[in-house]
Amino acid sequence: MPKERKVRYILAYVLLGISVVLGLICNICIGSVKISFSDIVNSFLGKEINETAQRILWEIRFPRAVAAVLLGGALVLSGYLLQTFFHNPIAGPFILGISSGAKMVVALVMVFFAGKSMRTTSWTMIFAAFIGAMISMGFVLLISNQVSHMSMLIVGGVMIGYICSAVTELVVTFASDAQIVNLHDWSRGSFSGTTWENVAVMAEAVLLTSVIVFFMSKPLSAYQLGEAYAKNMGVRLPVLRAGMVVLSGILSACVVAFAGPVSFVGIAVPHLVKSLLGTAKPLVMIPACFLGGSAFCLFCDLLARTAFAPTELSISTVTAVFGAPVVLWVMIRRKKEREA
Amino acid sequence: MGYYFETKKLSVGYRKRPLIQNIEIGLNKGEILTLIGPNGAGKSTILKSIAKQLSPIGGLIYIDRQSLESMSGAELSQKMAVVLTDKIKTEMMTCEDVVATGRYPYTGRFGILSGADNAAVKEAMELVNVTGIREQDFRRISDGQRQRVMLARAICQEPEILILDEPTSFLDVKYKLEFLSILQEMRKKKGLTVIMSLHELELAQRVSDKILCVNKSRVERFGTPEEVFTPGYIAELFGISTGSFDEENGSMELEAAAGRPEVFVIAGGGCGKAVYRRLQREGTAFATGILFQNDLDYPPARALAAEVITAEGFEPITEALVEQAKQRIDSCKRVICCKTCFGSLEAANRELLAYAKSRGKVTEGGSEG
Repeated sequence: MPKERKVRYILAYVLLGISVVLGLICNICIGSVKISFSDIVNSFLGKEINETAQRILWEIRFPRAVAAVLLGGALVLSGYLLQTFFHNPIAGPFILGISSGAKMVVALVMVFFAGKSMRTTSWTMIFAAFIGAMISMGFVLLISNQVSHMSMLIVGGVMIGYICSAVTELVVTFASDAQIVNLHDWSRGSFSGTTWENVAVMAEAVLLTSVIVFFMSKPLSAYQLGEAYAKNMGVRLPVLRAGMVVLSGILSACVVAFAGPVSFVGIAVPHLVKSLLGTAKPLVMIPACFLGGSAFCLFCDLLARTAFAPTELSISTVTAVFGAPVVLWVMIRRKKEREA
Repeated sequence: MGYYFETKKLSVGYRKRPLIQNIEIGLNKGEILTLIGPNGAGKSTILKSIAKQLSPIGGLIYIDRQSLESMSGAELSQKMAVVLTDKIKTEMMTCEDVVATGRYPYTGRFGILSGADNAAVKEAMELVNVTGIREQDFRRISDGQRQRVMLARAICQEPEILILDEPTSFLDVKYKLEFLSILQEMRKKKGLTVIMSLHELELAQRVSDKILCVNKSRVERFGTPEEVFTPGYIAELFGISTGSFDEENGSMELEAAAGRPEVFVIAGGGCGKAVYRRLQREGTAFATGILFQNDLDYPPARALAAEVITAEGFEPITEALVEQAKQRIDSCKRVICCKTCFGSLEAANRELLAYAKSRGKVTEGGSEG
């Protein structure tokens, strides 16, 4: 590897690392109750700090920030896998209707369980979201088998998303009041109300899946050259393709189960990270994508909480503002590249 | 028996429907096989099946006496490399990155290149002469450069057998020759076996040890170039109705101008070809002679002239032929003489020139140097 490249990778990773750490600190410090940096350090060292601050730090802001780190990473990896899978730069779990599919099944499950006055566990929710994600993915795959055109795939995905959202709306309409409040908040997308129990489950699911994705980086690099060459290099295509579908499904299911659907992060961040690194090599991209997603979501969640405090915005409102222009930029750049 | 590469009763096609059946190929190690045939005949389908991209409908393929079916993808990847016609879409990959993907079968779990891998990449790039563009983005190079980068990629995969689908289509003449020389060199040095499809028949004829002709969904011929390129066969294989292909020399001519000859061309020794082709472009029918059958001008004359007055090779020209030529000069409006001097065995042509001059018909050439 040429030296300049190595230097660039290291710089990019340092930048991403700093962003995540800085993001974590800001997310804990900033809010209606100010917590100073020294308070955080003291609290981590086990020293006494103001009791309210202590509670807000440990029970509200810290788990929420960790959720943003984990789910942001998961979302971006999921988007990166889908982009690689479809050889389509604007694929992502939200735009392909996969998040909406997950949302639909989660809503159904929530209403069903609430109707029997049973509490749903985090794992049930992830499982429900995964089933929904796979249903949408099935339809997306059907479409992609019929049409190979990039934009048609996206249009198909958006339509699937609308259908799933319509079904969700229907469920919400007929749900009882108490459930609606719950459902409504969640279906707009937010990291609020994350508990340590949630964090523990999402850490297990997301980190394990992400490590598996990282171990797939070699066959993924072959897959980038197209299926024919990947096959010639001895990649077991059906296994790899199934792996990509299932893993990206699990990752986006985790996000939907805990935070609801979050838009644009999955599309935008891989491109930003790619431009930062100057390469699309999966081995370098996968961890960087995770970090990039964490930083991006920490930043967006901070804005969602603080921009119009005390009113909290849904996370998608913020991610769309920053993510959608990136997607437009990618599309225009690619068009120019093709014409050049 | 004991071919290095062999197919037995192989039938290939898409979706269980056989397109070409009963393909029997036998190649020794280090031989070059070329598939020729009209567009859409199924050359790519055969290549894809041999490269295990498509499952055969029936029959078996053996490499080194091991059946392709029983080989794992990883095993095969160290034996066989491919260069396909599909354009690959890369993102932020330099040419060197693309070449380096050829090392895939040899790298560890994370695909990190070792020193030896890097050396192989460098060597392959030097061999194919793409070192100058190694740092360039693969998307921003020409089609021809791309084909060479893909060849370098295949070479650094260190295969025993190389499958190439129309590898020279975007290359200019220099690189076509260089490309085929590289294949010959690899064959000599490493015993590389090559199976490819080519549209350039003249190249196929020169570089191949064996040729497989695919036409109308069947294998018409399989053999050495001498066995395959028999007179008239190429016209039949490709259904050529306008123009002609000369199997002996691997050259082609456009369709001859129709009608009664208006011009008589005195030629021989290769000086007539350019004039024949000029007359063809003008659409003027012509007669030519007197040519020995083994003359350089004879094949294009046969393809382009309305009449060729021909003498046996290495035999003196007979009086009868001279008479015939004179009559033809009489019936033509004008005479072009391409020759500036006449050898002792073509005294007859000097006589024709004198005859034409005496009739005042010589409009071009005719001044003996």
